[in-house]
Amino acid sequence: MAIKKFAVACFDDEEVLFPAVKKVRNSGYKLHDVYTPFPVHGLDQALGHKETDLHVAGFIYGLTGTATALGFMGWIFSYDWPMVFGGKPHFSLPAFIPIVFELTVLFAAVGMVLTFCYLNQIMPGVKKHLFHPRQTDDLFVMAIELNEHVTEMEVIDFLKSTGAVETNVQVAETEWWYGRWDREEEYQKA
Amino acid sequence: MHLKYESFVREPLVDGEKTYHQVTEDIVRPIEQKPGRMWYVGFFFSVALLLFGVFSVVWEVYWGIGVWGINRTVGWGWDITNFVWWVGIGHAGTLISAILLLFRQGWRTGVNRAAEAMTIFAVMCAGQFPIFHMGRVWDGFFVLPYPNTRGPLWPNFNSALLWDVFAISTYFTVSLLFWYSGLIPDFATVRDRAKTKFRKMMYGVASFGWTGSAKNWQRHEALSLVLAGLSTPLVLSVHTIVSFDFATSVIPGWHTTIFPPYFVAGAIFSGFAMVQTLLIVCRRIMGLEDYITVGHIEAMNKVIVLTGSIVGVAYLTELFMAWYSQVIYEQAAFHWRIMGPYWWSYWAMMTCNVVSPQLFWFKKLRRNIPFTFIMSIVVNIGMWFERFVIIVTSLYRDYLPASWTYYSPTWPEVGFYLGTFGLFFTCFFLFAKYFPVIAIAEIKFVLKTSGESYKKKMAVIDDKDTGEFAREQAEAHHH
Repeated sequence: MAIKKFAVACFDDEEVLFPAVKKVRNSGYKLHDVYTPFPVHGLDQALGHKETDLHVAGFIYGLTGTATALGFMGWIFSYDWPMVFGGKPHFSLPAFIPIVFELTVLFAAVGMVLTFCYLNQIMPGVKKHLFHPRQTDDLFVMAIELNEHVTEMEVIDFLKSTGAVETNVQVAETEWWYGRWDREEEYQKA
Repeated sequence: MHLKYESFVREPLVDGEKTYHQVTEDIVRPIEQKPGRMWYVGFFFSVALLLFGVFSVVWEVYWGIGVWGINRTVGWGWDITNFVWWVGIGHAGTLISAILLLFRQGWRTGVNRAAEAMTIFAVMCAGQFPIFHMGRVWDGFFVLPYPNTRGPLWPNFNSALLWDVFAISTYFTVSLLFWYSGLIPDFATVRDRAKTKFRKMMYGVASFGWTGSAKNWQRHEALSLVLAGLSTPLVLSVHTIVSFDFATSVIPGWHTTIFPPYFVAGAIFSGFAMVQTLLIVCRRIMGLEDYITVGHIEAMNKVIVLTGSIVGVAYLTELFMAWYSQVIYEQAAFHWRIMGPYWWSYWAMMTCNVVSPQLFWFKKLRRNIPFTFIMSIVVNIGMWFERFVIIVTSLYRDYLPASWTYYSPTWPEVGFYLGTFGLFFTCFFLFAKYFPVIAIAEIKFVLKTSGESYKKKMAVIDDKDTGEFAREQAEAHHH
């Protein structure tokens, strides 16, 4: 839990947002995050985010599924309870392929979705600070962390000059907490 | 910012001059309003059908499989016909959400959410049939490979029926995950504009606490792409494995290598027809004509005429192979299919699936909404008959003329089928009321390249001379 102070700027068009992100990064202010109502392509590069490794995790989960299915069926039919079906070998690979494939896909998909939720810190019952209620509707919201090196006025003026349609200063929790969305920010009392 | 240029030959995917906020308003409005009278009538009718289905199933479980019309010769009747029919319908949703995503078909954004919902509900309906066909349904868990006190005795992993267990359950799980991961950001949109306390709380839980952070979106995009990549072979595998239930047996009429592609094409064919049936009604009642445009309907009709023709070729190939193989049993199977006591089902299938979809070669008919609606129902009737023809007319006249028989369903079988309609439409009515039926974030994403208002802006650029445009761009990027 960390409560910090932020200067918040809202933009109504991603074509204004991109130059603004560039200017903020050049100015040296501490850019906390940008929130958008839909995936804006190129924003992750503009913010200097690395490419995600989620698909690598998916590949590993998939391989786990392949190994599980092959190992399990192979063990059962050639060691635990060997049986002959239609005179075919105990370890009849072609007949195993459908289930091997299904388990590969199942492990990859379930594993990736769980990893996705873990990395993004999302789960039913999770609550996070929302800088603007319209950041999931039509506003592109940028939050800049305020610290002892900068003054509020200076940052707000700077944000206005980049084309923000709305600016304000907020004190907010940066992490998630358990909470209900129909209640006000309970974390301040805690 | 958008470097993608879309030709004017392509019609806009979103009609009307929309802003991002307008998109949210249009799609979330049905959730925030009280449903109309039609919704209540439809919903309660569906629940009634569902209850009748539950009664039919309880009747069957209590008295046993004997209350169905199936017998020793025709061991698979309406139950397996309905199973294959419902699974097939589900395939269109995955095709739209996964395969068309990989093919970068922008028009999928308008219809993918509802089509995926349809997939999930259709698979739920499909799953009921093999489960209750087991007879002693309380022993149904025997299909799962779990350590038991009987040895442990394992299921036969070489059996196509067991492959089905894995295929259908994986398909359901992955479709649900894919659908729900797309819903999370849209639930957040509903949550953040909710006026009532209850709605804010419920959508707060459903949205998993999504805020739309840039890094989260980056992972969301990666997840969607990989899930699409996984779902694409998965959807092809599911109906392939369903067709293996038949093709790996030695019944004339079933034992053919053409079955996997033929079943997959038929599945997509019937699924798109069901999407049309649902969306033509939805767009009208919910006022979503700007998002599900005539262009969308036409695109889906093109898929219908393509897959319908593939299915037609498959039917003819089967006939050719029966003759060319010179196997008398194969020939007899097709003889009794076309000219036996079930001739009417064969010809219903041929008319509905092969002949009538050919009318979609005419652009006027492809863009005609009432005609499309009627055709969508015709196609689904035809595809039901296809499964009936494959299953029942391959069985009813087998190797022993002494065991030849005729099969008709009894009321618990019909009631079970009607009950799955009840289940399907109950789920769909709830979905239409409480879920964003169109992917809000995805529509916003294509709005700037494919929306009508943005296309108009591009008209100025389109009129320019190419050389002039290139010079201007080069100058603009020097600064």
